[in-house]
Amino acid sequence: MTQLALIIDLNVCVGCHACVTSCKEWNTSGSAGFMTDENPYGKDPTGTFFNRVQTYEIGEFPSTETLHFPKSCLHCEDPPCVPVCPTGASYKRKEDGIVLVDYDKCIGCRYCSWACPYGAREIDEKQKVMKKCTLCVDRIYDEELPESERKPACVLACPTNARLFGDVHDSESEVSSTIREEGGYQLMPEWGTKPANHYLPRRKTRMHIHEDELQRADNPLKKEERGPRAPVDAPTLDDSTSW
Amino acid sequence: MAVIHDPLQKPEGRIETKNTTCYMCACRCGIRVTLRDGEVRYIQGNPEHPLNKGIICAKGASGIMKQYSPARLTKPLRRKEGSNRGDSEFEEISWDEAFGIMEERLAHLRATDPKKFALFTGRDQMQALTGMFAKQYGTPNYAAHGGFCSVNMAAGMIYTMGGSFWEFGGPDLERSKLLIMIGTAEDHHSNPMKMELSKFKRNGGRFISVNPVRTGYSAIADEWVPIKPGTDGALFLALIHELIRTGLYDREFLVQYTNSAELVSTDEDSDDFGLFARTDIPQDPDCFDPQDRVWWDRTQDKAVHARTKETDPYLLGEFKLADGRDAKPAFQLLKDRVEDYTPEWAAEVTGIPAETIKRLAYEMGITARDEKIELPIAWTDVWGNDHDTVTGNPVAFHAMRGLAAHSNGFQTIRALTILMTILGTIDRPGGFRHKAPFPRPIPPCAKTPKSPDDVKPNTPLNGMPLGWPATPDDLFVDDKNEPVRLDKAFSWEFPLAAHGMMQNAITNAWRQDPYPIDTMMIFMANMAWNSTMNTTSVRDMLNDKDENGEYKIPYLIVCDAFQSEMVAYADLVLPDTSYLERHDTISMLDRPISEYDGPVDSVRIPVVPPLGDTKPFQEVLIELGSRLKLPAFANKDGSRKYRDYPDFIVNYETEPGSGIGFLAGWRGKGGEKFMKGEPNPNQWEMYEKNNCVFHYEMPKSYQYMRNWNRGYLNWAQEHRLLRYAEPINIHIYSEILMNFRLAAQGKREGKQPPEHLRKRVETYFDPLPFYFEPLENHLTDKHKYPLNAVTQRPMAMYHSWDSQNAWLRQIHTYNFMYVHPKTAAAAGIKDGGWMWAESMHGKVRCLCRYSESVEPGTIWTWNAIGKSKGAWRLDDKANESEKGFLLNHVISEELPPHEAGKHISNSDPNTGQAAWYDVRVRIYPAGDDEPKESYPQFDAMSALPGTGKTQKVIGFFAGMFRKKTG
Repeated sequence: MTQLALIIDLNVCVGCHACVTSCKEWNTSGSAGFMTDENPYGKDPTGTFFNRVQTYEIGEFPSTETLHFPKSCLHCEDPPCVPVCPTGASYKRKEDGIVLVDYDKCIGCRYCSWACPYGAREIDEKQKVMKKCTLCVDRIYDEELPESERKPACVLACPTNARLFGDVHDSESEVSSTIREEGGYQLMPEWGTKPANHYLPRRKTRMHIHEDELQRADNPLKKEERGPRAPVDAPTLDDSTSW
Repeated sequence: MAVIHDPLQKPEGRIETKNTTCYMCACRCGIRVTLRDGEVRYIQGNPEHPLNKGIICAKGASGIMKQYSPARLTKPLRRKEGSNRGDSEFEEISWDEAFGIMEERLAHLRATDPKKFALFTGRDQMQALTGMFAKQYGTPNYAAHGGFCSVNMAAGMIYTMGGSFWEFGGPDLERSKLLIMIGTAEDHHSNPMKMELSKFKRNGGRFISVNPVRTGYSAIADEWVPIKPGTDGALFLALIHELIRTGLYDREFLVQYTNSAELVSTDEDSDDFGLFARTDIPQDPDCFDPQDRVWWDRTQDKAVHARTKETDPYLLGEFKLADGRDAKPAFQLLKDRVEDYTPEWAAEVTGIPAETIKRLAYEMGITARDEKIELPIAWTDVWGNDHDTVTGNPVAFHAMRGLAAHSNGFQTIRALTILMTILGTIDRPGGFRHKAPFPRPIPPCAKTPKSPDDVKPNTPLNGMPLGWPATPDDLFVDDKNEPVRLDKAFSWEFPLAAHGMMQNAITNAWRQDPYPIDTMMIFMANMAWNSTMNTTSVRDMLNDKDENGEYKIPYLIVCDAFQSEMVAYADLVLPDTSYLERHDTISMLDRPISEYDGPVDSVRIPVVPPLGDTKPFQEVLIELGSRLKLPAFANKDGSRKYRDYPDFIVNYETEPGSGIGFLAGWRGKGGEKFMKGEPNPNQWEMYEKNNCVFHYEMPKSYQYMRNWNRGYLNWAQEHRLLRYAEPINIHIYSEILMNFRLAAQGKREGKQPPEHLRKRVETYFDPLPFYFEPLENHLTDKHKYPLNAVTQRPMAMYHSWDSQNAWLRQIHTYNFMYVHPKTAAAAGIKDGGWMWAESMHGKVRCLCRYSESVEPGTIWTWNAIGKSKGAWRLDDKANESEKGFLLNHVISEELPPHEAGKHISNSDPNTGQAAWYDVRVRIYPAGDDEPKESYPQFDAMSALPGTGKTQKVIGFFAGMFRKKTG
């Protein structure tokens, strides 16, 4: 059974927000749109986004890490937002595991957002329906798009290629091997939601210097040695010993 | 069970897709724009574009909200009679009237005193055209934004190695093993840098970031090395010290490709003290860097002509030339220079522990020496030596404004370039690589006029408005050695001001120093806000009148696409189009988007019609040039030469028959030529068919060692990128700088600095890099103002442009001052509390945010998020003006009076680079009784005629069959 998901590589995410706005521009005019913006030119503007980037500081100066953390619906395999929905608007697709909301049925009661431990759902204050990441379901099956572009907008946009997309149930897929090999992990697995999206941790490249690497045979300073040279015609031992 | 709503259902509408080039920042990525019923539905990176290969950033993906922003200007506007500048009281006029006003005014000035017309432009990506217009008009008073951006980076590197970072070159992360990024936040280069950084890390490269602040790119660095602002030069000099001490430099590279082994006269009594010893080998009088230098050969132990085959020079030592003069190799002088710049010394200056500095040096040196790359690419150098391979020492650097925007930036960047050079990394795999049209001669050939006589009524300027002085005699000064330009660029105050000094244009025009002007035209630069230092005073200057009630700057024309703060001060407003509505060229004559493997240029092609009565500034210049009958725009009989901008681009040649024009691709009658060739009437169509981009990939053997690569240099000469096919040897020791110093010492004939500047020129025109504290530090009480204050540009905003953008302003709605918790607590400032930051020039009230990601002696904030009330069509209560702030209010455009003068620009004394990051501040909490808003505040700017409606709610859905927004 297919389970589509995003793998987000925190090792290369620079927090540029390309995923945030490319998601918005695709989806506001797509099947999940529109995505409301309130007070767009006034005090405290706020709008619907399916994807946000949070930034954290970890540790104390000078050993501080700055971490950018993109977050959207994790498309849980056991999504707590689905059973709590009184109208059946919140559902998980059997064919690909994407968790969606049927706006025609949603009554905006917010039970799902209370049930979601990740805070991934946002009510659209204008339309009074719950909205969230669809994994660009209206792109990924669109045969009018070139095959290479049948991906979520955030994945296409990401300048550091920090977002991988694929089937985490297919052990041969790129996303599955990346999870295995690069230490992919789920958020809060203790909740038993089995999030399909995974994150890849920071990995450090270090350099170890051995002392002998500084004692170099090819040290170019050797070529600069220029001992004092006595003139050729100055007396030498060679001139005055005959045996 | 009810039928589930089909999530795959496509909204109705007619879909079209068009390619063009982004302009949400200066990267110039290729974009593919999808329209639905003529409305922009989706902007994605063009996967077939060499620059961004399909990716796009937060700004690029928000282009829709810029296109449909209510802040768009749509009508030419004239300031209402009787209103003051800054009041934003305008009336709509027609383009005919606007052109009529400009034609009359500019024709009169051109016929009487053309320097009274000043044209200054922002990050406009069309300097080739704006500069050409100024030259044709005959005014010396032209510059783009480089002086207040990063001219130190360009000049420091170009005067040393003939190339520079960003458009002109960069780190080869494809093959590098170690990257040191210093003084770079999150831009310059933006998308390509992100893409390459990620690949580099995934390939196992080690990434070290040196920066006072850990944000953006630094966040993913393997190691963050915090440094005090303005001290980078000290770090580089200590690294050079340590690399020389341990012998971790690339001797072969230094000998052949730099002036390291060339002997410099050290005889203080001789006429040529500080100049290179020369042979009398005959030289081509036209060449820019004669190959007549002298080495001391190790084998024969005598002086020989440099680079004589079978010789090997000493890099160190002291020698006596045949005529008895003392001389030392340039490298010995460098070694002498860095003798006292020990890691221990630098630790005190930079705040980086000495052990860390030494380790950094060893990491660089050992990686360069032990991870050597040999590419199987045969090439021939300019001296005729054949090489079987291209060698690379895989240590790469990237640096930008963090180094450049200090008054010591030029010498700091000289030091960085020399560090990169002694590691043997210039135009080599894994190191730094050039992008066409670089490398260029040191310095490049373009020269400004040299005398006031080169500025004449009704005559084009005799020289380029901006250029690269090679000797003091190239300066643009009068017979009293005083500046000819309004901004004083290329004068003795700022001799190497290669990009001009826009940051002083308004202050100087207001003070009428060196002379009054009449009309100032500003394109796309927010000089009444974030693009100026000392913002409050500059706003007053723009509005200041003399005793007769006349404005001190008599007439201001502003061209912008949006209702910026600057527009309020205009007498005449010209509404520009958006980037999706115009033709444009990213030209080889300007700052193209070349790749390491060859030249690239590109175009914009309109994807939607212009909004209202907007007109591209390009068309404004073509129209004005035609009306004023400037030679390049008019036929001999005075009739106009070009129908419009697209026609101009196709048919204009730099000289009649030169075959060189704005676009390098598809030249020749049928588009069969490139770089050089006759005009091609179908050139635009050919660009359009090819993703709006032209990319020529050179043979591999031309892609490296280009300063000395015979094949490349001959190719570049043949295709007229270069006048000369001569080696561009790296200037470890800068004789160019020495000549300025000798003039200051009165030891050189020709142009002389005025007496009060002799000491200044002598000090800062040091032929070897040295460290000095930023100029403002010498004139500030450092105990009273103990902290450095800097800004960074966020990745999701480009300068002041994006607060009008409904999506982007939700990412950055207002800015905090980031302060280390201990620094803040010591000052009694709470996290989230209101605080003051005060310099000797001014103060701001702002919100404090504690941060462990900042060096404790530094405070910082995001640039240009704060807005003036009502500007950019934001509501009066918008967070940008209530809580947001500009640091600019605490930075002065001029230094306090000192021995060099009363009104010396706060800029690098070599290049005139604005010293944004030199300011020192103190901080203290705001009182409980103070207003909970940022300071200073300004009167609200009212909505300009022709701007849009600001909706309370947006539910954007592209196309005719819009969903209702309610």
